[in-house]
Amino acid sequence: MAEEILAPLAGKVVAVNIAVGDAVEEDEEAMVIEAMKMETPVFIPCNGTIKEIRVKEGAEVEEDDVLAVIE
Amino acid sequence: MHTLIALFKTSGVFYLTPGMLAMWVIALVLIYLAIAKDYEPLLLLPIGFGILLVNLPLSGLMTPGEGLLWRFYHYGIQWEVIPPLIFLGLGALTDFGPLLANPRLIFLGAGAQAGVYLTFFVAYAMGFDLKEAATVGIIGGADGPTTIFLATKLAPHLLGSCAVAAYSYMALVPIIQPPIMKLLTTRSERVIRMQKGRKVKPLEKIVFPIVAAIVIILLVPASAPLVAMFMLGNLFREAKVVERLTHASQNELLNIVTIFLGLPVGATMNAENFLQPKVIFIFFLGLSAFMFSTATGILLAKLMNLFSRNKINPLLGAAGVSAVPMAARVVHKVAAEADKKNYLLMYAMGPNVAGVIGTVVAAGIFLTLLG
Repeated sequence: MAEEILAPLAGKVVAVNIAVGDAVEEDEEAMVIEAMKMETPVFIPCNGTIKEIRVKEGAEVEEDDVLAVIE
Repeated sequence: MHTLIALFKTSGVFYLTPGMLAMWVIALVLIYLAIAKDYEPLLLLPIGFGILLVNLPLSGLMTPGEGLLWRFYHYGIQWEVIPPLIFLGLGALTDFGPLLANPRLIFLGAGAQAGVYLTFFVAYAMGFDLKEAATVGIIGGADGPTTIFLATKLAPHLLGSCAVAAYSYMALVPIIQPPIMKLLTTRSERVIRMQKGRKVKPLEKIVFPIVAAIVIILLVPASAPLVAMFMLGNLFREAKVVERLTHASQNELLNIVTIFLGLPVGATMNAENFLQPKVIFIFFLGLSAFMFSTATGILLAKLMNLFSRNKINPLLGAAGVSAVPMAARVVHKVAAEADKKNYLLMYAMGPNVAGVIGTVVAAGIFLTLLG
């Protein structure tokens, strides 16, 4: 039951609020992406534990890039 | 002693009028707004300072044929060099990807221009002549260089007021738009999620500025100076083989030319020119123009929804007001208030950049019919 957290838009990751192993709930803020000088939060899609984080602060991402994996 | 008196007599102090002092206040307010409130400082700071300078008597800065600021104004603005160069930079900064991914959103960019025409008629009804009314109307396009370009050609005596109105309201977009957006849309409309647009191939992004230039310049030749430079800048960017030129257009050129845009515009605002009842109407009409444009963009989106199964979030219509990317950000924020997982920002960039082209075309049409 692994679910991916995808980037909702292209931009730069400016904050990562989760760590591998964290128990998280749906709708918590996982990361913040900056685009057009505006910060947009990325939300956790379901309850679970963070298995993998694939980006770090400063990374440029495209829409639908996998940011992290939850189990 | 004699020399001292002579020197004193050449000072401008004796020539100050209450009108000039009033303009000092206006200049200082604009400088304050730029510095303390971050209101479009790139333009309002030089404009504010230019206003101050021109209202210091005897400086000769705006003396035709001789003054320093007059030379910037004449060779930069009257000769229509600076606004097109700004557009070169803007074209190099613009990404048409979001628009090409959702092509039907181009209509929202066009729809928002209806506010320009509405304001034109209202201004005419209020007593402005046709050329003045067009210049006041184009404020609703939320595009500084286009407003300056049109004002220079149709109503140079209104240049300063229209430019200040345009840039001030651009800074106020986050305050002006949301109430209208919420008034004209229902909550269920605001939470509409947009479907993913089509994939845009790099070749399309190269072909677009070329085709757009051909089509627009053939149809509306009067818009050529602005459209040509905009599309050239965009072609630089998308070709990806002239990075030095793209970089210079986006940075050094744009920054340098911005200095010489604001300063002479402010320098046209001397007391006699500006302290007229007409100017209050300009500020009032300029605000209405922004409001009308926001409304017509949203209403067009709602109209389009009557005819399509794949609904457009009507908030995107407000992004047709081409304050790039402010209006797009505002659309995203208002949508996120209704549904925090709705990411409209990149969809909103489509109508936002289409609106730039729309405003230039509107200006070209005014020029053709009234110039």
